[in-house]
Amino acid sequence: MSSVVNAGPPDVRTLAAAQSDRDVHDYPRSVSSTTADSRLTIVGSLVGSAGLVWLLYTQVLPFSGPIGFLICWYVVYVLMFTAVTAIAHPRPIVVDRLWTAVITGAAVIVAAALVSAVAFVVVRGWAAVHHLNFFTQAQSSGSPTAPLNQGGILNAIVGSAIELTIATVISLPLGIGAAIYMSEVGGRFARVVRTVVEAMTSLPDILAGLFIYTVLIVALGLPRSGLAAGVALSVMMLPYVARSADVALRVVPGGLREAGLALGASQWRTVWRVVLPTQRSGLLTAVILGMARAVGETAPVLITSGASTFINPTWSQLFSCFGIGNAGCAPVDYPMNSLPLYIYTAVRSGEPQFIERGFGAGIVLLAMVLILFGTARFLSRNKVGRR
Amino acid sequence: MTTLIDLQPPGSSPEPGDDKTPRKIPRSLSRADRIFRWSTTGIGAVVLVITGAIAAFLGYQLIPTLHHYGLHFFTENLWQPQSNVLGIEQVLIGTVEVAIIAIIFAFPLALLTALYISEYAPSWLRGFLTPMVDLMAAIPSILYAMWGVFLINPHALYVARWLNEYFGWIPVFHVSGGQPRAAVFVLSLYQSSPFIAGMVVSMMIIPIACAVMLGVFGQAPLSEREGAYALGSTRWGMIRAVVLPFGRGGIVGGTMLGLGRALGETIAVTLILSLNTDVKFRPLEEGGVTTAQLIANYFGEATSAQLSALLAAGFVLFAMAIFVNTIAAIIVSRSRSGALTEI
Repeated sequence: MSSVVNAGPPDVRTLAAAQSDRDVHDYPRSVSSTTADSRLTIVGSLVGSAGLVWLLYTQVLPFSGPIGFLICWYVVYVLMFTAVTAIAHPRPIVVDRLWTAVITGAAVIVAAALVSAVAFVVVRGWAAVHHLNFFTQAQSSGSPTAPLNQGGILNAIVGSAIELTIATVISLPLGIGAAIYMSEVGGRFARVVRTVVEAMTSLPDILAGLFIYTVLIVALGLPRSGLAAGVALSVMMLPYVARSADVALRVVPGGLREAGLALGASQWRTVWRVVLPTQRSGLLTAVILGMARAVGETAPVLITSGASTFINPTWSQLFSCFGIGNAGCAPVDYPMNSLPLYIYTAVRSGEPQFIERGFGAGIVLLAMVLILFGTARFLSRNKVGRR
Repeated sequence: MTTLIDLQPPGSSPEPGDDKTPRKIPRSLSRADRIFRWSTTGIGAVVLVITGAIAAFLGYQLIPTLHHYGLHFFTENLWQPQSNVLGIEQVLIGTVEVAIIAIIFAFPLALLTALYISEYAPSWLRGFLTPMVDLMAAIPSILYAMWGVFLINPHALYVARWLNEYFGWIPVFHVSGGQPRAAVFVLSLYQSSPFIAGMVVSMMIIPIACAVMLGVFGQAPLSEREGAYALGSTRWGMIRAVVLPFGRGGIVGGTMLGLGRALGETIAVTLILSLNTDVKFRPLEEGGVTTAQLIANYFGEATSAQLSALLAAGFVLFAMAIFVNTIAAIIVSRSRSGALTEI
């Protein structure tokens, strides 16, 4: 029986894989498999170029600095690798190997830049994050230049959470609703909405802040507040959520809608019971990525929120939002700090202690973004809706 | 049970006695559907009004600005709120300058990284790298700004000095007052320059461009790839013959999307570039200005006329960004097949 099974159609494999196990003597060169020759060429060129550049760069020529060294090393490596390959191989292989070296090198540069950016923030902020008071105290509990075991960023964390909540509450229903309108109802007006929403995704972030600043704070005379910052963030977030949700809804197969309608369901029930559940994860991903984007936005917050060093809201300020007491409702009446704004202020301050705290806040912000991003990835991975 | 009867195909008799008249099918929408349509249309209209109002508001600010400062607003170099001389020529040049420097760094790196991920990386690594590109795009710009201010700025100035030393005779690499061969050279002269700001901004646009390119490269038809290999092509030969021509739209479109983002980048530029509205085109030299930085610096103490001028400058920036992004979107969408998903 096993012979019958084996007699099935051959595996559809990519040619690269098929070639790697082909007889070597069949054809003088192998296209994609790595051989001892190619590996040794890479290692030899890496070592040789490192030695040569070290000798020339640091000993002979009057250069210095790690960035210059790495650039020179890479350039010399590519040249040496090409030269070594050219000894034994025809021109097409030399060109192929040259481009392999260039492309891999570029990918390594980008990866190194990304890793260094993340690692730099984590390493510099590690000392600040070490202290528990960093998370449990407000900025006002210790001056920026105080030792790291006094004061913290609780007010910024609370502020970021409140502003993000305000932005999400505004842009979630509007964004998803507009996406449903654009993809399910359609028509000429929907195309206008889609065009405008697409255009607004390219709104520079500072302009969202400047718009809210001009309208709410200058024209209407409201104070700089967490509410203004939340609204400014929602201006950034709304087109983004609407567009991503629209893209998610558009890939719902038309056959599912037709099946729903053919069963006698109204359009409303089809959308509610078929279309939205099919793309539940896609819609959530759109919203969560929008939140991840909004929580790190600095420019709108910089213009609209002002900055306080106290925790807003205190309990009395929270109660007065609901008409109990007259302390003034915190997100509406008082300036509010947030993580990006805290970092911005820290970087501008020039105080070493404050900058260190800024990096600590950077770790917290990075963690928030990573959690949101990871959640979005997790949601978009399991396709619950597809049955 | 009534629903079951409703579901019988038209033509079958709903009642045993009456077999001539077909069941009536309502042609108008049900009440629930009308409410659904009206409410979603309402939401769409609200979103249109909110988003459109911003664009209209920004555009409207041009009127008082031009009234107050005249057409010189576009040709005046200086931005001096003290003497009430405001012009955005140098600001616009500076914005484009930083964006172009960012693109010069970002375009080759994004293209080659996309090629690596889609063509060279082993499959286990590809599954890891593709979300990394998205993650790189999701990292807030303030974190890249910190990285730029405290890590790149102190180190990249040596690259700038080196470029000035050996290529200073090319006008673009010239630094006025730079004496690189002097025993003690002025470090700050090479710091906080458009060159370094552009370098940091490129980190934020690489993932944007790279993601678009990845999407297009992944759609290059397998049969043509294998055809190229079957004709004896090397991997680079296949890339040049199949992947790059197929992905040309994505390469151009993705780069332009990145350019649109680079034009409006605020925080990294504000923190790195030292504000200076002098006319110069020497990217290696300290100082420069972009529109977003101008707004971030001057909104606080602006009078109402100056605030209008800032908004008008912002509108010009917005118009440039929309123009670039729209062209990019058209190019990208043309390069992809528009096949609808069906079951």
